Amino acid sequence: MTNYNFSSKFKHANTFSVILFFISIILIVFKGLNYGIDFKGGTLIELRANNIEASSIRDVLKNMDLGDVNVKKFGKEGDFLIKVEQKGNNNKLIPEIKKNLSDSLNSDVNFRRVENVGPKVSAELLQSGIIAISLSLAAMLFYIWVRFEWQFSIGSILALFHDVMITLGIFSLLSLEINLSIIAAVLTIVGYSMNDTVVIYDRIRENLGKFHKLNISEIANLSINETLARTIITSVTTLLALFSIFILGGEILRGFSFAMILGVLIGTYSSIFVAAPILKYFKVSYKTIEKEEEKIVP
Amino acid sequence: MLNFSKINVLIIYLLFTFVALFSFLNLQNDKNQLINKKINLGLDLQGGSYLLLEINSDNLVKEKIQSKVIPTKKLLKENEIKFNNFKINDDNLSLSIDNLEKFDILFNSRKNNLVNPYIDNYRSHELEYTKINKNQIKISFSKFGLLTINNSALKQSIEIVRRRIDDVGTKEPTILQRGEKRILVELPGLKDPERIKALLGKTAQLNFRLVSDNNEFGTDELISENGEKLNISKRIIMSGENLIDAQPSIQNQNNEPTVSFTLDRLGAQKFGRVTTDNVGKRLAIVLDGEIVSAPNINEPITSGNGMISGSFTFQEATDLALLLRSGALPTPLIVVEERTVGPDLGEDSIKSGITSLIVGFILVILFMLYKYKIFGLIANTALIANLLMLIGVLTILEATLTLPGIAGIILTVGMAVDANVLIFERIKEELKTEKSIIHAFDSGYTRAKITVLDANITTLIAAIILFAFGSGPVKGFAITLGIGIITTLFTAYFLARHLTSLVVLNIKNKEINI
Repeated sequence: MTNYNFSSKFKHANTFSVILFFISIILIVFKGLNYGIDFKGGTLIELRANNIEASSIRDVLKNMDLGDVNVKKFGKEGDFLIKVEQKGNNNKLIPEIKKNLSDSLNSDVNFRRVENVGPKVSAELLQSGIIAISLSLAAMLFYIWVRFEWQFSIGSILALFHDVMITLGIFSLLSLEINLSIIAAVLTIVGYSMNDTVVIYDRIRENLGKFHKLNISEIANLSINETLARTIITSVTTLLALFSIFILGGEILRGFSFAMILGVLIGTYSSIFVAAPILKYFKVSYKTIEKEEEKIVP
Repeated sequence: MLNFSKINVLIIYLLFTFVALFSFLNLQNDKNQLINKKINLGLDLQGGSYLLLEINSDNLVKEKIQSKVIPTKKLLKENEIKFNNFKINDDNLSLSIDNLEKFDILFNSRKNNLVNPYIDNYRSHELEYTKINKNQIKISFSKFGLLTINNSALKQSIEIVRRRIDDVGTKEPTILQRGEKRILVELPGLKDPERIKALLGKTAQLNFRLVSDNNEFGTDELISENGEKLNISKRIIMSGENLIDAQPSIQNQNNEPTVSFTLDRLGAQKFGRVTTDNVGKRLAIVLDGEIVSAPNINEPITSGNGMISGSFTFQEATDLALLLRSGALPTPLIVVEERTVGPDLGEDSIKSGITSLIVGFILVILFMLYKYKIFGLIANTALIANLLMLIGVLTILEATLTLPGIAGIILTVGMAVDANVLIFERIKEELKTEKSIIHAFDSGYTRAKITVLDANITTLIAAIILFAFGSGPVKGFAITLGIGIITTLFTAYFLARHLTSLVVLNIKNKEINI
């Protein structure tokens, strides 16, 4: 077992977390999130063509009066991703764009992926994404409340909220795209971070029963140390898998795996430095769990 | 926790073998096997088109409310209720009447109500009226009236969409209702959905109407196919409903592609009568409010066979024939979401997905071996078993594997070892205080059990919510993640525990290193 003194760093960590949390909220509110077509509506075209430049694609599309057009390289040489912001439903837009590109570029154009999301659907997708994340937080709150005491439940939710916000904050800072797979990543982060927190909480509860003389900070410190090896090993294996997706899984999974990598790092940090020390503020002691036991066994 | 009865061991390994064997079914190519189960590839992996269509019933409501005008007036006249200010609006009728009480009784009667039928299964009338002021009222469709219009339009649209897509001949299309207004269409293997979109984008309402000499009341001014302005009578002689067949054909005289059609008995009679009475006049063939052609009636056509020419290409003639055969859509369909993946991108995605799965898997296995030696071997055996079972369950369920789904499998590989790590770390702790190795292992498993369960249930909750709210590829991720958790619990708690017990019981109380 390791014997690091985590509790001495709790204060700094808390300040650090609070600052990061608020910077993230400020970023999300003022800089905003870079929504992809899933949530903003519009058209996305991935194409492959030899010996052309992004600028020549831009030139072709500039003459079409499409509104905001974004062209960038996508992975391999010759692969491009075009995003067109478009209002309303126009069933003829995609064939027109495809025809113009095929005709004007001096190369065989292979349209590998075409996606178009109308404004109504994108609004619904965003809404269901927000509902899904909120619902998962609520479900976790409820589960922990049933399995532990309310203090633990609040503590774990604050830690989760911290993880989700900071992950989104980093996405905002780097202007990375938020699409459906990022929502999936955020939900998985919620599950993973909770998983990590539960392991430490389980140990804290066990140690509260064993060592009545220690205060909650000491108990938290002890429990974190006892579970540290597991926390690190699991993070490492999960990160190994995620880096494998990030590097080898192709362009489409890159955003997803990046969000997950961030989430695993932040989630591991928060289990140790947010979820555990926060219990101090709820005045958790061995009496907290004794009361609970009385309730169950009358 | 380390004692297994023989029957338990048998059940564990039988269950494992049974489920794991299914994963190998995916390797067979022959379709005529005894058990023909396979994991389906999602559209993002095999390529294809996903379309979400939405019906717009506003026009239908407008038409239907207009059809209520004559019956309403008739009802009022027959029952001597005076009315004035009768106005037809977009989705309602407004009028002033002198005897509201009498009207109310008639309007809301349940028997033989021709104006406002009572819908039994909703226990509601089709129409409702609201008082605007003292004797002015507004008649509109009730909530259930609208629902009935919408539902029948949707059902009918799905049927027509199915006919049109079947007629084009794509392989294994999926056509499903989504919510109250939408139709989901999945077309695996389709590279370019533009033709299908064009075919679904037309309502294909076909009318035959006479061309009028003057622009008197009751005509529409339409532009003919060669730019001529024509006054077309509003009276519809015959509509596409009377068509029983339509085929593309080549006209012999000038090799021009045309569409020849066959009418049903009623249509043939009507058509015969009109063409007999109007020889020398022009007959306009109007499709979705546009003139296809307006030929002269040279002689009566009584055979019930006709031909539409309109300077088509052969493809256009084929498509028009297809549209006419399949019937008209009740309302226009709008594509509100479209996702098309080309087959080569799908292949690339499978390749990169599998590569990252293999690499991730090997990295995790090496790490566990390095960290736990012999017990790492056990964890790795459990991991391989886990992977086989996960694929086996996906095969049994014939689940759809998507690219995010592959990511879910890789993630499961990374997180699955957690259960064994939790247990091994706990055993390490127990070994410090417990003298008997067997006891240490035993209480390690017992104590870690709750934690392992708690930790996995949280991820399972996230997966379930994702499954409920996610769409398409993301749902595939939720499926693999969720099933992965269950197979993880099984392999860690039964398989790995049994293997551990074999090792521990064999080395007895000698030194053990974990």
